[in-house]
Amino acid sequence: MADTITLAKAINQGLRAAMEADSKVLLMGEDIGKLGGVFRVTDGLQKDFGEHRVIDTPLAESSIVGTAIGLAIRGYRPVMEVQFDGFVYVAFDQIVSQMAKMHARTDGTVPMPLTLRLPYGGGIGAVEHHSESPEAYFAHTAGLRVVSPSNPVDGYWMIQQAVRCQDPVIFLEPKRRYWDKGLLDVDAAPFPLFQARVVRPGSDVTVVAYGPMVRTCLEAAAAAEAEGRHLEVVDLRSLSPLDVDTVAASVERTGHCVVVHEAPVFLGLGSEIAARITERCFYAMEAPILRVGGFHTPYPPSRVEKHFLPDLDRVLHAVDAVLAY
Amino acid sequence: MSGRPEEGHDPGFVQLLTPEGERVEHPDYALALEPGDHRALYRDLVLVRRVDAEATALQRQGELGLWASLLGQEAAQIGAGRALAASDFVFPTYREHGVAWCRGVDPLTLLGLFRGTTNGGWDPQEHRFGPYTIVIGDQCPQAVGYAMGQLLDGTDEATLVFFGDGASSQGDVNEAFIWASVFNAPVVFFCQNNQWAISEPLERQTRIPLYQRARGFGFPGVRVDGNDVLATLAVTRAALQRAREGGGPSLIEAYTYRMGAHTTSDDPTRYRADAEVQAWKLRDPIERVRSYLHKQQLVDANFLTAVDAEAETLAVRLRAGVRALPDPDPTSMFRHAYAEPHPLVDEERRHYESYLAGFATEG
Repeated sequence: MADTITLAKAINQGLRAAMEADSKVLLMGEDIGKLGGVFRVTDGLQKDFGEHRVIDTPLAESSIVGTAIGLAIRGYRPVMEVQFDGFVYVAFDQIVSQMAKMHARTDGTVPMPLTLRLPYGGGIGAVEHHSESPEAYFAHTAGLRVVSPSNPVDGYWMIQQAVRCQDPVIFLEPKRRYWDKGLLDVDAAPFPLFQARVVRPGSDVTVVAYGPMVRTCLEAAAAAEAEGRHLEVVDLRSLSPLDVDTVAASVERTGHCVVVHEAPVFLGLGSEIAARITERCFYAMEAPILRVGGFHTPYPPSRVEKHFLPDLDRVLHAVDAVLAY
Repeated sequence: MSGRPEEGHDPGFVQLLTPEGERVEHPDYALALEPGDHRALYRDLVLVRRVDAEATALQRQGELGLWASLLGQEAAQIGAGRALAASDFVFPTYREHGVAWCRGVDPLTLLGLFRGTTNGGWDPQEHRFGPYTIVIGDQCPQAVGYAMGQLLDGTDEATLVFFGDGASSQGDVNEAFIWASVFNAPVVFFCQNNQWAISEPLERQTRIPLYQRARGFGFPGVRVDGNDVLATLAVTRAALQRAREGGGPSLIEAYTYRMGAHTTSDDPTRYRADAEVQAWKLRDPIERVRSYLHKQQLVDANFLTAVDAEAETLAVRLRAGVRALPDPDPTSMFRHAYAEPHPLVDEERRHYESYLAGFATEG
């Protein structure tokens, strides 16, 4: 059975399936109950599962994470929503000092099977603190896993896989792609959560992206094709752990690599990928790896965000540069 | 200001045993104990003080990297710890050695944390005693979440969470008050007000008595003589019972004093007067129990000698045990970073193992 579905609805259906599969799964967050979340990702779930399993919380992000940790110690499997990327820093201490370290601190006796859903990224014309890409902070933190779906099919499966994971997962939802549609077959076999996937094969340049930038890169690849350049697009899907094997296998074939993300380039995921691919593929590479991303500035006002965010032209500009090297 | 009861400002102060060892009644907190209960509390107090003294000595000898002394706070911790039912769950700070004792955690295990052989050491589920929490106040929202789980499970269990006067300024502690209140969580907030947050006095944290803050969050608060083990026992029992019966959270301010330094790295002579310490010595939590036991003829010299001997035996065991604690295997740090396999951690472990093995074969 296959249906055309948006990313927001796909995550909603994935959460529903996770709650049906395990009565210990709880949803916690601000405005997620009656309202169904500001992006409607939890729409209808409180009505069907009750106020005890879909909990509208006080406006206190640190305690959303803190209480979820306590619930996990009690044997629950909370799925938290922090409403916007720019509000997650309030909870940073509980995430980094507690959620990430509890399993190691307790010598493996207390797992943290928590999922933190976080709408992230720009491109929706929002006010400040509503368009950020904080993934590097979390990927840098041992004990956390970080994933980001780029499309509805992944959204449906990855949220269920994240909820089942015994480790804490930061689940980054590309908010500007919430309304992108895809064909979801709930009977198909899911792809493993922590693996990257080649979403468009090509022979000239490997373009690595995740979350919101996957669609941008696919559009760039289509445009390049018209000019006879064959881009291979890799959707990372998981940022920690990082599936270096899939990227390296691609770069071994193409000899060129461009990494694209919305987050600032400096010390972003692209830096780690560039270092690791250089270590792995040095002799196969015909040009340095280039990174395309945000600038080392605070996220700008929305009227100029299109200049901060990588677009098709900036991706192709980097592709031209690596091919011309 | 913060309403110090020693200055006669606070009629709400709950005390059942005066510093002189006189038993007094409180209208809200009746406590009927058998003679054996009194002796057991005395034994607890003496043994945890001995553990503490031994740990301080072991730090001075270089066997521990640090020790956070509970000296002066024994009654607060033993009273609270002995008020717990076996099924209740505790969230401690890093100074709850007396509560750990009540939860059956071997003191030697605590010393491992301060020696640097582990960041935890005990199974929180087995002892129903959470890991020591070092970031000030972080355990409070966690305790409320745990209590929310107890409520969801429909049990008659309760949660007891410890924090200090310094932590009362933390956002997470105040958030925890709000969450506990609006969800009616069966949690008891136990604040050991030991007057000092390293060098900062109580007046830098609050302008009203801490227990009075509870009212603003919508639940009761009570101030108890934290150096009176009978009072802390009675007050904590009542608060836990209230939580079990669906009455929701409450706050206990155990008014006590940190007789020693904040930790072995601290020098309290730089910020507090010796006269203050001397004044608090007169309110010692153990002396008043010993005095009461004598007056009531609940103990004889043999019992007191036996407790002292048991304390000494315990200290000897700790001393030998700490010195025998092995350093962890170098690659043990990789073991529990994640619950499920993680390719980067596995790869780094393999590389580091082979790096170390290189030294072994160079020999």
